[in-house]
Amino acid sequence: MIKGAVRFRLNGQEVAVERTSPTATVLDWLRETRHLTGTKEGCAEGDCGACTIAIASAGGGWRAVNSCLMLLPQLDGCSVVTVEGLGGPDGTPHPVQTALAESDATQCGFCTPGFAMAMFAYGQGGEPADDGLIHEALAGNLCRCTGYRPIVEACRIIAVGAPVAAGDPIRAGTAFGDGSRRFLAPDTLDELTAVAAAHPDAWILGGGTDLGIAVTKRRARPDVVISTARVPELRRIETTGDALVLGGAVTYSAALPHLDAAFPAFGALVRRIGSRQIRNLGTIAGNLANASPIGDTPPCLMALDAAVELVSAAGRRTVSADGFVTGYRRTVLRPGEVIAAIRIPRLAAGQHFVAYKLSKRFDQDISAVVAAFRLTVADGVLTELRAYYGGMAATTARAAAVEAALVGRPWTVSALAGIEAAVAQDFSPIDDQRATTKYRLAAAANLLRRLQMETCDAPAPVRLEAL
Amino acid sequence: MNAPTSPRRGAHASVRHDSAAGHVSGRAVYLDDMPLPTNALHAALVLSPHAHARIRAIDLAAALEVPGVVAAVTAGDIPGVNDIGPILKGEPALAEGVAEYAGHPVAAIAAETLEAAREAAALVAVDWEELPAVLSVEEALAAESFVAPPQVMARGNPEAALGLAPLRLSGEVRCGGQDHFYLEGQIAIAVPGEDRDMQVYSSTQHPTEVQHGVAHLLGLPFAQVTVEVRRMGGAFGGKESQATIIAGIAALLAWKAGRPVKLRLPRDDDMLATGKRHPFLIRYDVGLDADGRLLALDLVLAGDAGNIADLTPAVVARALCHSDNCYWIPDIRVTGLACKTNKVSNTAFRGFGGPQGMFAIEAILDDVARHLKLPLDTVRARNFYGVEANNVTPYGMTVEDNIIERVTGELARSVDLPGWRAAVDAFNASSPVVKKGLATVPVKFGISFNLPTLNQAGALVHVYTDGSVHLNHGGTEMGQGLFVKVAQVVAEAFKIDVDRVRVSATSTAKVPNTSATAASSGSDLNGMAALAAAETIRGRMVEVMAERFGVPAGEVTFDDGRVFARNESLSFGELAQLCWSRRVSLSSTGFYRTPKIHWDAATCTGRPFFYFTYGAAAAEVAIDTLTGELRVLRAELLQDCGNSLNPAIDRGQIEGAFVQGMGWLTSEELWWDDRGRLGTHGPSTYKIPGSRDVPPVFNTRLLADAPNREATVMRSKAVGEPPLMLALSVWLAIRDAVASVGPPGAKVELDAPATPTRVLAAVERVRGGG
Repeated sequence: MIKGAVRFRLNGQEVAVERTSPTATVLDWLRETRHLTGTKEGCAEGDCGACTIAIASAGGGWRAVNSCLMLLPQLDGCSVVTVEGLGGPDGTPHPVQTALAESDATQCGFCTPGFAMAMFAYGQGGEPADDGLIHEALAGNLCRCTGYRPIVEACRIIAVGAPVAAGDPIRAGTAFGDGSRRFLAPDTLDELTAVAAAHPDAWILGGGTDLGIAVTKRRARPDVVISTARVPELRRIETTGDALVLGGAVTYSAALPHLDAAFPAFGALVRRIGSRQIRNLGTIAGNLANASPIGDTPPCLMALDAAVELVSAAGRRTVSADGFVTGYRRTVLRPGEVIAAIRIPRLAAGQHFVAYKLSKRFDQDISAVVAAFRLTVADGVLTELRAYYGGMAATTARAAAVEAALVGRPWTVSALAGIEAAVAQDFSPIDDQRATTKYRLAAAANLLRRLQMETCDAPAPVRLEAL
Repeated sequence: MNAPTSPRRGAHASVRHDSAAGHVSGRAVYLDDMPLPTNALHAALVLSPHAHARIRAIDLAAALEVPGVVAAVTAGDIPGVNDIGPILKGEPALAEGVAEYAGHPVAAIAAETLEAAREAAALVAVDWEELPAVLSVEEALAAESFVAPPQVMARGNPEAALGLAPLRLSGEVRCGGQDHFYLEGQIAIAVPGEDRDMQVYSSTQHPTEVQHGVAHLLGLPFAQVTVEVRRMGGAFGGKESQATIIAGIAALLAWKAGRPVKLRLPRDDDMLATGKRHPFLIRYDVGLDADGRLLALDLVLAGDAGNIADLTPAVVARALCHSDNCYWIPDIRVTGLACKTNKVSNTAFRGFGGPQGMFAIEAILDDVARHLKLPLDTVRARNFYGVEANNVTPYGMTVEDNIIERVTGELARSVDLPGWRAAVDAFNASSPVVKKGLATVPVKFGISFNLPTLNQAGALVHVYTDGSVHLNHGGTEMGQGLFVKVAQVVAEAFKIDVDRVRVSATSTAKVPNTSATAASSGSDLNGMAALAAAETIRGRMVEVMAERFGVPAGEVTFDDGRVFARNESLSFGELAQLCWSRRVSLSSTGFYRTPKIHWDAATCTGRPFFYFTYGAAAAEVAIDTLTGELRVLRAELLQDCGNSLNPAIDRGQIEGAFVQGMGWLTSEELWWDDRGRLGTHGPSTYKIPGSRDVPPVFNTRLLADAPNREATVMRSKAVGEPPLMLALSVWLAIRDAVASVGPPGAKVELDAPATPTRVLAAVERVRGGG
C-alpha cells in the first residue's frame, strides 16, 4: 500500500497533509490549521449547514458536503472550495455572493458562507431555477434570521457563473495517519477485505455521515478507520432486467436517478433523508448497516425484498435485507465483513411500491414513522402486501398482522375499518421526542388508508405534497 | 435591487446591512474566528445529568491528569461572589451544593486544546444524590413552587361581571417554549491583563451585564473589566442574560490559569445549559354577551420559569401587558405566575412574554367565535379598543395611537379576505383528507422595556478632520441591522452619506452602563443617543461655519455632504478640518432616556410603553387529517414601522420574525423525558423552519404614511419583536383547518407547537364530537 500524505486541491492550491489523526474533521482542519474561518461550526452534526464546503473528485462535479462530519483523509484526491475560494483571484465576489448581498439575504451572517457554498454547488450542477429544486438544494442549511425569502430569491436570480473546473485528479494515497492511528482507503476489494480482516475492530466508513457524529458528539477515536469509498466494485450501479444493484459504497446522491427510474417513491423518500450535503457523502449500505430503527431506507429495502451481498476475506454470502438486521443497531455483519452490494428486485407487472415518511419538518428530519409497502392488487383484491415500518419498534419491522388482515381481501376503504387492532398487534412503539405512542399507532394505521386511497385513484389530494 | 433613490443615503433609505460583503465572503469576524494569543486555552463545561441532585463531591483528579489540562474550576474556586443574577440575585454561575436542572454547569476545564478540555470534562466524577424534581408547570402549581410572587393586574370586578354575563366560557391551553437556535453558539474569550484587569470578548446582547457578572465572580471593580462585542451570529434574547454564564466561566478559568481562555459551547451543551422561551399554561374564564363582546375575563398565565428567577418576573409582566392584545375588556383580572421547576432557567426570547400573552387572548377569542358560530374577525372587531372611549388598557395606559382598525382593514382589503375564505371553504368541501384553514391576527405591541430604568442609552461620536465619522453606542449588532440604522441616523444629522460613518465594536470602555439590546428598543434608544451626540457636534460646527463666513448660525445648513452659509460652502471634511484648526472639539457623547413612561410593579399599573406598534397578518395552511402533517401555504403581512429608518432592514426583521414565530407554533418542540432531561438538544431533533417551510406565497408590506405620533428617532417605530406575533395567524389557521372536520361550533383543542402529533389528536377530538 502507498502510504503518505493526504493530498487535495484547496481553493486551487495543492495541499499535502503529512500527518493527520484519522478522525480529524475537515472543518477543524480548515479553521484551526489553515485559519480559513469563513466555514463555521453551527452544530457539528450535519444539520445546520454552516460548515458547508464544495468538493469534487476526479471526473465528478462539485458537490456540497458538511465539513463538520467529513474526516480529513476523506478529502484525499479531491478538489475543495471554501467560501474564501469562491471569488475571483482579484477579490471579485462570485455571483452567488453578489446575489446574496444584493437580495438583503444576510442578517447575522453566520449561516451565510454555508448558504453560499450550497448555492454554488447548486449553480454548478446546472439545474433549472425551480423552487422545488432550490428548496432541495437549501434543505441542508438553516437560517434563523431572514426567514429564507431573500435567500430563495437570491437562488432564483443567480447567474450561475462560469463552470469552475475541479482540476486534474491528484494522486490518491491509501493509508494515512498520525503514527499510532490510521485511516485506510484501499482501492481494490481484495485489499479492503484483507485490511478489514487484519483490523476486525476497525470502523468501516462509507460516507461517514453517521460515524462522523460519533467523532464529533461522542468523541469516538477508533484506532483504525477503513473507507469503502475508493473501491470501484463497491461504487458500481448495475441496472439489469430484473434488479437494480447498488454497490456498498454508492451514495444516496449517486443512487437517486436510478431509484427515481425504478422506484419513484423510494427516490422521493431518499430526497427527504438528511440534505444534499449528507446525501453526497452518505451511502445506502451505510444506512442499512447502522441498523437504526428510524433509518429510512431499511423499510424500503425490506419491503422490496432486497438481497444484501456481503463480502469478507473468507468469501461471499447473501442475506435478505430483512434478515440482515438482527436487533437494535445489530446486524449479521461479522468482523471484517462489508456490504458488497444491495440487489433490489424490480417490480413485477401490477406490483406497486409506495413509501411514506412522517416527521415534524418535511426536509431533513428524522422520521417519527416511516413506512414502505410493496403490494399487488388484482381485480380489486389485495393479493400481495409487504409492509415494513420504521419508528415503531427497536428495529425496522414487518407488519405481519396487518398483512394477514388485508391480503386476500378486497382493497377497499372498508377493508381498513378497525385496522388499528392489527397495527397494535404488530407494534408497541415508544413515546419520544419525535412522536407519542398514540400518534405512531394512529398514523401507522392511517398510512394504510392513504395507501389504499393512493392505489385506488383517490379523487382529491391525499397528501400535502400534491398541493 | 435596493439602490438608493438619492445620491446621499441617510435615514429612511434601504441601505444594505453594513456587514453584507463580509458575511457573503466569510470575512466577517465572529468570536470563534478571532486569532487567539499563543498562550490561550480552550474550555469545556461539566453539566449535571440530573434535574435535581445534591453534589456530594466533585472529583477532578482524573480530569487533571489528561495531558494538556491546565485548570479546573468549581463553585468553590470563585474568588468573588457566585452570583450573576442581572436583576434578581440568586443565579450561580456554577452550581453550588446542588444542581437544579439537567444541564446545570457544575465545573469547567481549561486545557491547551479543545480536545483535551472536552476529554477531561467527561472524566470529572461527581458524586450525586438525586433529589425529587418538579418537572412541569402543573406540578409547580400543585406544590406552590414559584421563583417570584404572583403578579396581578386587575380592573373592575371580574367575579361580579362574570356572574352577570349572559354567556360564560372557560378553558385551558398551552404554548411551548422555544430554543433560540442562534446559528453561532454561546462563546466568550477572557484575556487577563495587568493588575487583575480582565478583557472579555463575549457574544452578548448585554456587555454591561457581562461586565458586572465577571466583576462579581472575580471580586473586581467594574472598571477593571472591559467587555467587547463586534457582532453576534444571532441572539434573539438568548444572549441577553445567558451570555454572562459563559463569559463568567471563561473569566474564572482565565483568572485561575492566568492565561487567556476561550469557552465555546458545543451545540448540545448550549441547548442543555442555557435558557429558552417560557412555556405557559393558560387558564381562562370569560364572560360575554350573545354578540361576542367580552364583558369580563379571569385569566391565569402560568409561566415555566425553570430553576431560577432570571428575567422571568419581567417576562410574566410583559405577558400580562399583552394579554389584552387589541381588545377592550371592562372587568378583568390577569394573574401571572412564575413557576419554579427543575428545568433550565427560561429567559428572554424575542417578544419576551408578549407572544404568550397574545396567544392566550387569541385562543380565548377563537374559542368564543367558534362557540358562537361567528367569524373570528367579527368577534374581534366588536372588541377592538376604541379611539375616544374604551381605550384604556387593564394596566391603566390609554391607547393614544390606536390604528388597529386601519391596519386590519387595509390588510383585509388588500387580500380580498371574503374571496380567500370562499376559496378555502370550496377546497374543503371537495377534499376529504387534506383540509385547509385560514385566519388573520391583529397585533398591538408595546415598545419600551417594562422596567422604566432600562430605557436609557449612550453613544459616542467622533468626527475626524477628513470628515469621516466614528460611531459607537451601547447597542449590539446581532444581525438585526442596528449598526447601519444608527449610522443612517448620524449620517442624516450631518447630511453625509452613510458610508462616511464607521461603526465600531460595542465596548463597555466606550459607552458605559448600558442596557441590553433587547425589547425591540435598539434603534429607538441608541439612535436617539447617537443623534444627540451628532447634534452636539453639529452645533459646534455650525458656530465655526457661521463665524468663518460671518452669517448668523441659523443660516448655516447641511446638505449632501456639504455645509452652506449663504453663497459659501465647505465640504463636511473641510469644515471638520477648520473646526480642528480653531481648536473646537469634534467628539461628543450623547444620551437618551425615553420620556413619559412609568410603571408600578406592585399594582401592575402605569404607562410602561412609550408607544404601541401595530400589525396584521393572514395565513392559509393545509393539514393532512390522516397524519397531522402541516404546510403553510400563504402568508400576508402588514406591519407598522412608523417612518421606517430602513425599509429593507425592517422587511428582513418582519419576515424573519414571522418565520421564527411560525417555528415556535409549529415544528419547534422542546421535549423532556420523565427525568427532566431535554431530548431535543441539537438540530437533528429540534426542528426550526427550513426554506421549504416558508409559505410559497409570502408577501410583506410596511404600513405607508404612518409616522410615529410620539417623537421617536425620525418618527420611526421599533420592529424587532412585534412581527413575531403575526405568526399567531398560522396557529389560528391550523385551528381553523382542524375545525373543518367537525360540526360548526365544535371546540378545537390544540396546544402549541402544532406538531403532527398534536394536530392529529386535535382532529380526532373534533371528529369525536369536540
